Amino acid sequence: MRAKTFAKGVHPWDFKELSKQRPTEVVKPGKRVVIPLHQHTGAPAEPLVKKGDRLLVGQKIGEAKGFISAPVHSSVSGTVLSVAPFLSPVGRKVLCVEIENDDGYEVNPSIRPCHEGIEEYTPQEVRESVREAGIVGLGGAAFPTAVKLSPPKDQTIDAVVLNGAECEPYLTTDHRLMLERADEILKAAEAVRMTVGAKEIHVGIEENKGDVIDLWSRKVKGIPHVHVEAVKTKYPQGGEKMLIKALLNREVPCGGLPFNVGVIVQNVGTLNAVYDSLTTGMPLIKRGLTISGDGVAKPSNLEVSIGTLFSDLIEGCGGYKGDVNRVLMGGPMMGISQSTDQVPVIKATSGILVMAGAAPGGKEYPCIGCNSCTNHCPMGLVPTTIVSLVRAGKAMESKDWGLTDCMECGTCAFVCPAHIPLVQWVRYGKAEYLKEKKRLESQG
Amino acid sequence: MTERTYSNTWTIASSPHLGRKDSVATIMYWVAGTLLLPTLGALYYFRGNALRVILITVVSALLSEFIVLKIRKKDTGAVFDGSALVTGLLLALTLPPSLKSSYCVIGAAAAIIFGKQLFGGLGSNIFNPALVGRAFLQAAFPIAMTTWTPTALMEKVDAITFATPLGGFKFSHALTELKPMILGNIGGCLGETSALLVLVGALVLIYKGYMDWKIPAGILFTVFLFTGTLHLLSPLKYASPLFHLFGGGLFLGAFYMATDMVTSPRSSLGTWIYAIFIGLLVVVIRIFGGLPEGVMYSILIVNTFVPILDRYIKPKIFGEGAKR
Repeated sequence: MRAKTFAKGVHPWDFKELSKQRPTEVVKPGKRVVIPLHQHTGAPAEPLVKKGDRLLVGQKIGEAKGFISAPVHSSVSGTVLSVAPFLSPVGRKVLCVEIENDDGYEVNPSIRPCHEGIEEYTPQEVRESVREAGIVGLGGAAFPTAVKLSPPKDQTIDAVVLNGAECEPYLTTDHRLMLERADEILKAAEAVRMTVGAKEIHVGIEENKGDVIDLWSRKVKGIPHVHVEAVKTKYPQGGEKMLIKALLNREVPCGGLPFNVGVIVQNVGTLNAVYDSLTTGMPLIKRGLTISGDGVAKPSNLEVSIGTLFSDLIEGCGGYKGDVNRVLMGGPMMGISQSTDQVPVIKATSGILVMAGAAPGGKEYPCIGCNSCTNHCPMGLVPTTIVSLVRAGKAMESKDWGLTDCMECGTCAFVCPAHIPLVQWVRYGKAEYLKEKKRLESQG
Repeated sequence: MTERTYSNTWTIASSPHLGRKDSVATIMYWVAGTLLLPTLGALYYFRGNALRVILITVVSALLSEFIVLKIRKKDTGAVFDGSALVTGLLLALTLPPSLKSSYCVIGAAAAIIFGKQLFGGLGSNIFNPALVGRAFLQAAFPIAMTTWTPTALMEKVDAITFATPLGGFKFSHALTELKPMILGNIGGCLGETSALLVLVGALVLIYKGYMDWKIPAGILFTVFLFTGTLHLLSPLKYASPLFHLFGGGLFLGAFYMATDMVTSPRSSLGTWIYAIFIGLLVVVIRIFGGLPEGVMYSILIVNTFVPILDRYIKPKIFGEGAKR
């Protein structure tokens, strides 16, 4: 059977063999833990603690502010050293709770599940528990999960899509989770399906994870409403819109969200967190991630406490190797460059990549109109036209060419033989567009 | 808290952090490399004359590029990005074997200066530079540009009255056999004689992803369909479609000139329109116009429409038109 997929895209060499055979190891955080109060899409959480406070594992330290927001919890027991701005791996300083870890891991006694079994939860209880647990999308975007579980009343959701594509090169944490926690993830998926009132569950797994496809196909045998499907190994297959197109042949409208086509998408890591929190009552204080790249001694898959410093994790993986040139949070296609390893793991940290050797790309040439970007853009855009407009100061005009439809997957810049930073120009263009729009609105 | 000392030297960049290894220069050198096939064909059929014309044209193109870049105070390293080499080689392959050396120099200079650098250099030109150079020579030295010599494999023929297959048909209704037209043992420009060698080189580029197959496919199919229809209507008056496909510069033009990335459209729909339009014009000029050959003018004329095609054809965006 031919694996399902979407149009265009690209297949970079995936480098997953570095870490995909390594089972997930649980690692403890270091003496000092830094937990940002803004780790998610939406409004930052408000601090609930102050310097000198004693904290227990799972204790809420930041309260969600607004509907699109998420609370933040302590991953260790210890003492608050400060509540102050620190550098976050997203590249700017955010308000953080700095904690001295007492290594006792004393759990907040009030933590217990709402019900014994995950099957006993009502939809409202699932939403509330997920919201209180501070669970956000662990695929990288960190969008509050409770919001996704509360679609508008007039939208019927008929399908839950499980995102097990993991299309970013190097990353293997979802691969490991799907092997090691298949039953838990499936149970959480069932709870989510019940919560949104959907009929079917569709699981999309890239073909390069043959072992997972085999295992999951066996697990769901005889369950008629769960479909496990191999999707083509192609970037950005794990993008929500691309995965929905591949599995269900539905196109999410421009500017729309998956629920516009009756779908909600959940990353498998997120569902793993949902399972843990519904069965133990423990909020989201840890996550799986991959440490990989040719600049780290022992590439690994880890289960890590939120707030653990990158430096502690890299040291735990045997330290740096060779002439380290770049450290990234996330995969190489959409990850964020780090200037220091003194930054904490946050809910969105799907991986830490340490790369040795020279940066990719090369001398920038003028665009020769080879159409590589157009032929690969999964959104069907003409990146080079958008970028020439942006470069000419015409960001407003580039909106007509789909500037704001770009999801910034970076495929265009990856395939450009002229090494033009296309997606980077698009990001700049979006900022310019917003500025211009604001200016025009203020003029009336 | 200790900051790692070498952390300050890490590269900070906006994603993606992976990229394609090859470059614009790689593409150009692959184009030039596959052009060696028709070049070898030219050397085989026209010997010393071919060597002279090709060497002088290529060197002049590179030299013109260097001088203009110097005057424009641009990086002269761009001489070796391969684009001037491709322009020089393509121009040489469109020249008659007996062309005077000084004309070759003038043609190459016109191609680089008027065809490319006056527009702002690589990537900014509207017309195919090699064809601009050829059109310049055609206007300046019309007789020299239409004086053809027999190939080295032919028996002695009077060079003055010697004609290309297309010219022979147009002006004296003489047909040429198909086999020499495919292999190249016919009169004509250096590189347009062997359709087969052009095709082999182009297939390599298409396989490598360095050439858009839609362009030659659209042009050749249109020419075949149009001339085929005419031939069916009046077989005596109009030559067969195969004669039109393999005669003249159609293969070289369709595969190597019309596919110039800079001067062809961005969108898929635009590309088909562009290709079909070129094919139509080729037939119109060849059959209803005053010239035996129309590939050069067809491509140059349709080049002018590319900016309009690119401006008004917006490909469908993912999710566009989908219901909310």
